[in-house]
Amino acid sequence: MLFAISKRLLMLVPVLIGITMISFLLLQIMPGDPASRAMGTRASPEELQAMRELWGLGKPLWVQYLYFLRDCLTGSFGVSIFHKQPIIDLVAERLPFTLAIVGYSTVIALLIALPFAILAAANRGRMLDNVVRQIFVVVVAMPPFWLCYVLILWLALRMGWFATGGVGDGFLANIGRLFLPSLVVGLSTAALIQQSLRAALIDTMKADYIDTARAKGLRGHEVFLRHILPNSLISTISIIGVRVSWIIGGTVVVEKIFSVPGLGSLLIDAIVSRDLPVIRGLTVFFAIMVVIVNLITDICYALADPRVRLE
Amino acid sequence: MPILRKLLRTPAGAIGLLMLAVTLAATLMTPILSPYDPLALDFAAAMQPPSTAHWFGTDNFGRDIFTRILAGAVFDLRLALVCVFGPMIMGVMIGLVAGFYGGIVDAALMRLTDIVWAFPFYVLILAIVGVLGPSEANLYIAFFIVNWIGYARIVRGETLLVSRLEFIEATRVLRFGKPRVMLRHILPNVVTPAVVYSMSDVVLTVQAVAAMSFFGLGVQPPAPEWGLLIVESIDYMREAPWMAIFPGLAIVWIGIAFSLLGEGLATALKPKG
Repeated sequence: MLFAISKRLLMLVPVLIGITMISFLLLQIMPGDPASRAMGTRASPEELQAMRELWGLGKPLWVQYLYFLRDCLTGSFGVSIFHKQPIIDLVAERLPFTLAIVGYSTVIALLIALPFAILAAANRGRMLDNVVRQIFVVVVAMPPFWLCYVLILWLALRMGWFATGGVGDGFLANIGRLFLPSLVVGLSTAALIQQSLRAALIDTMKADYIDTARAKGLRGHEVFLRHILPNSLISTISIIGVRVSWIIGGTVVVEKIFSVPGLGSLLIDAIVSRDLPVIRGLTVFFAIMVVIVNLITDICYALADPRVRLE
Repeated sequence: MPILRKLLRTPAGAIGLLMLAVTLAATLMTPILSPYDPLALDFAAAMQPPSTAHWFGTDNFGRDIFTRILAGAVFDLRLALVCVFGPMIMGVMIGLVAGFYGGIVDAALMRLTDIVWAFPFYVLILAIVGVLGPSEANLYIAFFIVNWIGYARIVRGETLLVSRLEFIEATRVLRFGKPRVMLRHILPNVVTPAVVYSMSDVVLTVQAVAAMSFFGLGVQPPAPEWGLLIVESIDYMREAPWMAIFPGLAIVWIGIAFSLLGEGLATALKPKG
């Protein structure tokens, strides 16, 4: 197992190098001189010159890339022009909020998807199955940023159940504060989990060992809770793994609207203020997050299902 | 059109097509359906709730929201369709080449998709348009860079399977040229899953295009693009909620239509047996 994991980690090296290359190329497609675009019109010639030297502009492209790679490897990911801080410090302040929404939304997604998947699988091919499917068609069709406003309008302003945005102090306060943003991200994940879980439940119900379990005298709900459900949930792990890039991307939109000071808000602010090093550093960081979560879900999947081995 | 007939026989496909046909007809007949101008200001009629005169109400400048949504359909449908089907053609071709030639071409292309796949969709699109500057053309560039990946992966996998089948072996015996084998014999057999996938892609892309306007990185005001209509309504959310609700429902409507169409296509295109 340890050997397999370290092999997987080694295979990640070329992917990580590729990620830094794409992020590096991102700023190369920009028209004009990066230094003056980044610093704006108010910068003095000395400041511009310092900027060019810091980034190695004027040197060959591959040297500029090595400068950037050095920043990533030393862990700073570059220095923000606007905040005048290493990007990793900005990330460290905001990462907990983004991770909280990613985790919280996944829990919400599971809680929503589970009953609907069971309901649909138990009534497969009948009216109820169809109704559940159409409910999720509507859920998926709702644009997340619009849903944010509808929820703010309805649950926060009209009913007064939730705050309209921001974050609170401590764990308990944030369970309430982060509920609406996590719900918006979680709903679209729920649709996907419901679909795959329904299929997995139906497959598992047909398996021979379920007949065996019934034959040895287990009651219906015992068979369901001890055999069918756990075995079906395993497939959900890999679905979350596939979906994680989308979940993390979804946090960007909701964070901005609910004024959550996470990585997504940082990215949008960097785009508005043209803080190019932050845009570049953050794209690398977001991709690394996806790669790490993917790795974790792969490992969980292998641990949960002995038939799957990490290659 | 045997496919169309099969599609119309599935309930989901028939409803989806009907919804799209209604949308298209309404867009084309905007001047007949509504006496208002989507851009002209009329402060006397500002922020009126939905009524028989203004079905979806009016905005803070007195513009009729129903008219603006119909006028906006042109923007959103054009953006979504170009941003899905352009990259789709690109991705299908790349997947076809990778799966058919195999070896180093395949390895290189698949590593590239692995790497681009690692970036969250919204992060990459936002970053590309953020760097290039907000405009419709740059929006297209961003989606072309990002959206082909899914199609390349799907088609490559299918091509690997089909290439092993006997009728492709036969084309080798007949000494057909490689482009001919790929386009005439493999492509028709691998494109179905890509087409089904493209329908759910349209659903997400309509939302993404609107979200880009929301961040100020897409279509620029005063265009009646649906995302912009929602952004402009935010300051009036308490007094005039209809300003935000109806443009959002327009996006939901299109999303449901394409979801159903995808469901219908999946059934209609499923091989028998």
